Amino acid sequence: MSTIIRKASIMGGDPADIRIEDGQIVAVGVNVGGADVEIDASGLIALPGLVDLHTHLREPGGESSETILSGSRAAAAGGFTAVHAMANTSPVADNANVVDYVYRKGLEAGYVEVRPVGAVTHNLAGESLADIGAMARSTAAVTVFSDDGKCVGDSLLMRRALEYVATFGGVIAQHAQDPRLTIDAQMNEGAMSAELGLAGWPRVAEEAIIARDVLLAEYTGARLHVCHLSTAGSVEVIRWAKQRGIQVTAEATPHHLLLTDDLAQNYNPLFKVNPPLRTRDDVEAVRRGVADGTIDIVATDHAPHGSATKDCTWSDASFGMVGLESALSIVQHALVDTGLIGWADVARIMSTTPARIGSVDGYDAPLTVGSLANITLVDPSATTVWGADKLAGRSTNTPFTGLTLPGRVVHTFFRGTHTVRDGSIVELSQAGNA
Amino acid sequence: MKHFISTRGIDSATAIRLLDTTADMADVRQRDVKKLPTLRGKTVANVFFEDSTRTRLSFEAAALALSADVSTFTSKGSSVSKGESLKDTVQTLESMGADFIVLRHCDSGAAATLAQSGWINAHVINAGDGTHEHPTQALLDAYTLRSRLFGDSARGRNLAGVRIVIVGDILHSRVARSNVWLLATLGAHVTLVAPRTLMPRDIAAWPVAIVHTLDEALDEGVDAVMTLRIQKERMNDAFFPDAAEYTRFWGMTTARFDAVRANTLVMHPGPMNRGLEIAGSIADSANSTVRDQVSHGVAARMAVLYTLLGEDAS
Ligand SMILES: [Zn+2]
Repeated sequence: MSTIIRKASIMGGDPADIRIEDGQIVAVGVNVGGADVEIDASGLIALPGLVDLHTHLREPGGESSETILSGSRAAAAGGFTAVHAMANTSPVADNANVVDYVYRKGLEAGYVEVRPVGAVTHNLAGESLADIGAMARSTAAVTVFSDDGKCVGDSLLMRRALEYVATFGGVIAQHAQDPRLTIDAQMNEGAMSAELGLAGWPRVAEEAIIARDVLLAEYTGARLHVCHLSTAGSVEVIRWAKQRGIQVTAEATPHHLLLTDDLAQNYNPLFKVNPPLRTRDDVEAVRRGVADGTIDIVATDHAPHGSATKDCTWSDASFGMVGLESALSIVQHALVDTGLIGWADVARIMSTTPARIGSVDGYDAPLTVGSLANITLVDPSATTVWGADKLAGRSTNTPFTGLTLPGRVVHTFFRGTHTVRDGSIVELSQAGNA
Repeated sequence: MKHFISTRGIDSATAIRLLDTTADMADVRQRDVKKLPTLRGKTVANVFFEDSTRTRLSFEAAALALSADVSTFTSKGSSVSKGESLKDTVQTLESMGADFIVLRHCDSGAAATLAQSGWINAHVINAGDGTHEHPTQALLDAYTLRSRLFGDSARGRNLAGVRIVIVGDILHSRVARSNVWLLATLGAHVTLVAPRTLMPRDIAAWPVAIVHTLDEALDEGVDAVMTLRIQKERMNDAFFPDAAEYTRFWGMTTARFDAVRANTLVMHPGPMNRGLEIAGSIADSANSTVRDQVSHGVAARMAVLYTLLGEDAS
């Protein structure tokens, strides 16, 4: 079957037609012939399918808040064609069985490529290394390792982990949070935590770990990826590390590009997230860090939670926000519409570079002949009043309800398969059932 | 006012009205018949997820003095999900007829969450939430100060120009927070004293002066010193080295007491660690307001119940 996308603006540039056959892009230009299916994409921007390096799919163990299938659908709705499923499931993805299970369920769902992330330490306990080699050589071929949700706090263990993971060509994605500096921490430490009487999560707890880790990366010659950095100081540390030539990459989340800690004012747990929302100065610094390339990528940290874990006091509530469906709109709002970056940069920070960090094949030459047909078509002129009705996953813990957000994902193609059509998720016959 | 959650945002006129209503209630408590029929047929539910016998008894006495029915729920919050049990507990109590929920909870913001959640329609009174606020304590403290300083001419007055030092674990103190907002609204000059480890960061916007030793604060001349209870386990978390050093720099010792003006008031919200943050002889002296504070607590809580009920009538 063949499909032609007509008159899409290629990454914000000139309009062109894109012809898809057998899951591949076979022609891009003005005379690409006819096809079985034609899509009028005038006014839409074509991006390479988005790649999320930081997704919590909750399966196995947390199926009441998300499954690999429901999370895959949420990802497709947000324009993603690949996601990295974090290891903090139950059981933890610290061995080949669990990562292969996640990988297989991703294939069955069929909406996106699900790339399991392996734990760095057994049971995320921070004590002994997980089965890193076995996961690297499993069917899932894990390349990204992370104890996300927890920090690899012990300096010796982090050194060894960097060296051992590098042995298999992988990368450690560190959740940078000094455990001792953040005991019982509830929100950013500052004027708002002082007023609300909530235990503070100081910036230095993130910055000190990043500083240690970039030095360990330099010393060991290993690659380091820093998850969801949230402070102006963290941006400075990464900038310094890159100037020294250290092999470090960094990510920011959409919510840290937009929201600030004063939203905790009414103790609404929808704004409770880890690392916490910071101040306006931090948001500005993180935006500038993305714009000047210090921060390499935007990743969602999509963290579904059932309503019971948010329908309670702030301290009792779980950390985390869903973010797959809203990510592209927030990036447009915070970075594109503010003039900080263009659409080609969006393709870089949300597709090409996260794919490179995660060693995901098929994204190195976006929207060119011969590459996989992972394509997202977005209408940048659309606006949406955000709400839970815009979500496609199992949980509704979005912090953006009520905001008027720009941009809408109109179509998503995953290896040529139409997963989102006219803004609606396409019902695929699950591969597992076929 | 539907709920009483925080002293922050209470305007000056409302604050003075609450103090005057507290005075009315204190008068009632001096009469032969110490009860008002105000809350007859209403139920006040005391929901205490954190132990505080004295605060609970004070609220119970206040509710009974207004002829309310009183029910009491206490729990140490040991269940797996405290949040769920908070929601379930208050919904159960409301279906059993509670018109007022008096909530004491170890989580900051618990009372605010209850008031905003839509879980219940009852009035919510914050009887202490984590390290956030304890607004009825601030009301009784302000009332105690006003009546001790101004006696029979106290009614209708604010605390303009009154100099108050609050010393102790400001970081973890809900009493300090509620007092800061209310005392500042009433025009008092508040100085906070604590080692840097026990002072919140980034409080430049608070309407207070900040110093780090008690001697520095007392040098300025003060009308009242409010000593806060210091929890001994703070020593184990390296907030300060030991009790002796705490007393040396932040304790209300007899030496410090002898050096201040003779009529300086010494306050403590209780329960006291005698000999640690306050010398026993000072707590028992004529300058101490400790027993007044306990007695005024009932009147202040009556005033809050009375004021919230007024909301239903209007
Ligand atoms: Zn994390």
